[in-house]
Amino acid sequence: MAEFFAMGGYAFYVWGSYGVTALFMLIEVILVIRNKRTIMQRLARMVRMNSQVEK
Amino acid sequence: MALQNSIIWLYFSSPKNFYPLAGKLIPFFAILAAVLTVIGLYIGFFVAPTDYQQGESYRIIFIHVPAAWMSMFIYIVMAMYAFIGLVWNIKMSEMMASALAPTGAMFSFLALWTGALWGKPTWGAYWVWDARLTTTLIMLFLYIGFMSLESAIDDARRASKASALVAVVGVVNVPIIYFSVKWWNTLHQGASVSPTMAPKMASTMLNAMLIMVFAFWMYAIAVVLMRARNIILEREKQTTWVQELVTNKK
Repeated sequence: MAEFFAMGGYAFYVWGSYGVTALFMLIEVILVIRNKRTIMQRLARMVRMNSQVEK
Repeated sequence: MALQNSIIWLYFSSPKNFYPLAGKLIPFFAILAAVLTVIGLYIGFFVAPTDYQQGESYRIIFIHVPAAWMSMFIYIVMAMYAFIGLVWNIKMSEMMASALAPTGAMFSFLALWTGALWGKPTWGAYWVWDARLTTTLIMLFLYIGFMSLESAIDDARRASKASALVAVVGVVNVPIIYFSVKWWNTLHQGASVSPTMAPKMASTMLNAMLIMVFAFWMYAIAVVLMRARNIILEREKQTTWVQELVTNKK
């Protein structure tokens, strides 16, 4: 197991590549999902306000 | 048949019809991406042998090549959508172009990052001003330029028109990246895999790499469709269907 993580002495390079790649892809998905939530909330507020103006 | 096909395309070029279609497709591509990643990494780390020259450091290839290929491929697709939006004035095309840009930029950055971490043990330097590296860096700047220009203009349609020009003009850079290792004497190695030659690597290594390419491809489709849906909501917020969608969700 320890041997696997050591990557024959290249641990920093191999895990540095995989770690940053995984992190970026994860963050991208989280940002897109969060963005959807904020858009939905903002649009709901907008619709509410417009319907109040009409009344 | 041709008429039928063109009617289908017209149908889904309307944001109102594209939105639910994308919503149905996202889980499919996301699951495919996850499954392919598990298989690709398993073969890449546990089946593929250690390289006799580079030792274990070569295993960076399983994300470096997919990221680099996707960054170029996404640029071409983005430029095509931008061009269609510019010439035929199709809103959904413009939105797809802007949905693709951040993912393409991320993959170009990751190609450079993993390349740097592979270059250090192999070449002895994180960065060199080699043709392949420099043109890839230019592509990252083109992506950033596209996104900045788009966000700098308030009117969404005009923003798309202006940024589309950047995308279309910049596409000339993609074949330069691809052929750079042939045209110039670069430190970056030549293509190990190309349509005209037998691959120059062990078949398990090649399989792992190609599976990871498909994994990244499916990931890109899923995340770009998610972002496209967000863009549709933003840009179509004045339409009744979006307003109904928003109120029904609450």
